[in-house]
Amino acid sequence: MSLWDTALMLLWIAFKSVLLLVILLVALAMLIYVDRKVWAAVQMRRGPNVVGPFGLLQSFADLIKFVLKEVVVPDATNKGLFIAAPLITTILALSTWAVIPTNAGWAIADINVGILYLFAISSLMVYGTIIGGWASNSKYPFLAALRESAQMISYEVSIGFVIITVLLVAGSLNLSEIVLAQNSGLGTALGLPNSFLDWYWLPLLPMFVIFFISALAETQRPPFDLIEAESELVAGHMVEYSSTPYLLFMLGEYVAITLMCAMMTILFLGGWLPIIDIPPFNWIPGVVWFTLKALLIFFMFALVKAFVPRYRFDQLMRLGWKVFLPISLFYVVLVAGVLVAFDLAP
Amino acid sequence: MTERKGAARRAREDDRQGNPKAGEEGKEKQMIVQFFFYLFAALLLISGLLVITLRNPVHAVLFLILAFFNGAGLFLLAGAEFLAMILLVVYVGAVLVLFLFIIMMLDIDFAELRAGFTRVLPLGLLVGGVLVAELVMVFLAWQPSPMAEKLRMAATPEGVNNTEALGRILYTDHVFFFQAAGMILLVAMIGAIVLSLHHRRDVKRQDVAKQVARRREEGVRLVDVKPGEGL
Repeated sequence: MSLWDTALMLLWIAFKSVLLLVILLVALAMLIYVDRKVWAAVQMRRGPNVVGPFGLLQSFADLIKFVLKEVVVPDATNKGLFIAAPLITTILALSTWAVIPTNAGWAIADINVGILYLFAISSLMVYGTIIGGWASNSKYPFLAALRESAQMISYEVSIGFVIITVLLVAGSLNLSEIVLAQNSGLGTALGLPNSFLDWYWLPLLPMFVIFFISALAETQRPPFDLIEAESELVAGHMVEYSSTPYLLFMLGEYVAITLMCAMMTILFLGGWLPIIDIPPFNWIPGVVWFTLKALLIFFMFALVKAFVPRYRFDQLMRLGWKVFLPISLFYVVLVAGVLVAFDLAP
Repeated sequence: MTERKGAARRAREDDRQGNPKAGEEGKEKQMIVQFFFYLFAALLLISGLLVITLRNPVHAVLFLILAFFNGAGLFLLAGAEFLAMILLVVYVGAVLVLFLFIIMMLDIDFAELRAGFTRVLPLGLLVGGVLVAELVMVFLAWQPSPMAEKLRMAATPEGVNNTEALGRILYTDHVFFFQAAGMILLVAMIGAIVLSLHHRRDVKRQDVAKQVARRREEGVRLVDVKPGEGL
């Protein structure tokens, strides 16, 4: 009986994982389409509009194009690592979604240290880049990989401090509990029903802004897409990659972007909680709210991509170390002080 | 990966709660936990061995990463999820990236390294011999107290999760040691900055505050240019 139970449980988890994976990948194809459409709209172009109705199937056409091309592995590369790098990026990026609660109790693994798990895995993402750049055995990918990993490490510091402030206020490392802690807050203290005023974006607004910008830098989105600065470094660590391995790198990057959207939704926008907890709004299931909030963040990502010019590398480093680090460190101390002084600590 | 962790976690939680219905089932899960313990431990040892035997230093660092991963897995099996995650964040996510940076940028001449090998061999053997002797002595003299065994079984008090228990001990009982460690790290950091910081006079530097504070009047001059003369 017990062996059967264990096998059944593993199968159930595997089924949930595959389901999540399919939903995630289809959503990703649509997100890439949205990204390009927003970009095109800002620049008064049409964007993808040929494949399928309104060009909706463009991403799938791109997928088929990538997969059908020949995989070129240059002769002088370190073959094993060259193939392993895109796999590392993609697998790590996908594995983060296991702990994201898209609704009350909907996470595949609702672990105690969920937020630390996310932080750990997203800090491991740098290995895909650095290994890919090194294994290519070519100057430009290597230089780009070094720049990119320096960038990722720098901005992880401020992301870490932002997470710490949220943890101080929420009093838990579990993602579901962080969301539930946002059920009451500033708004309910004023006598209003549970609403968006309770979420952490309001009391922690500077942290929200810092997290948003750091997320852009962490995922190499414009204006921090220095590794893909075509004029300087061709295409970053992916210069030597083609076909499916290249696709995997792109996939990993986009999954990391969706992860950042999900993290911002959970940490600052109340996860699956409805915008106001009164009848017409709280009839809508939580997962819809979660998706809408994550989409809002992604829309902001897309807008930033469309109209902010690219930073220079020294400006990027200055912003990370000399602006964000002191501000976020100060805010950690401030929040901790306020929580202790007014006896608000959970 | 996550599936494994999930299964191990549930097994552990059942163990901790002393699940009453878990007779056979508990044994089953114990078996899974044991299986993963030996898997992680074996992989840890193998990758540790490869770290010191591989010729290519980059490969060695990659196996060191694998070793840390398995260490984190062992922590998870022991119910110390906080330590596992911190191990990943701090060591794998930051320290080893710097390792890789340095090793990839070093231009190592293997022939030269091997040439020096015989010269330092006696010293190496001496140090290794002393270490082995000390380890043997420690293991012969060491007797774990029965109290320690009990403490290990009940790692955290009832109803308190691992992270919270660790935080309570660190920030209440041992807060001064914690702060002293922080001070030492701060001093080390300032030392490193002081050693590497030097302002060169002959290099043009950018002052962002100055650039932002610049007014139009300082940068633009209106000149009435006469035709055929220029400035």
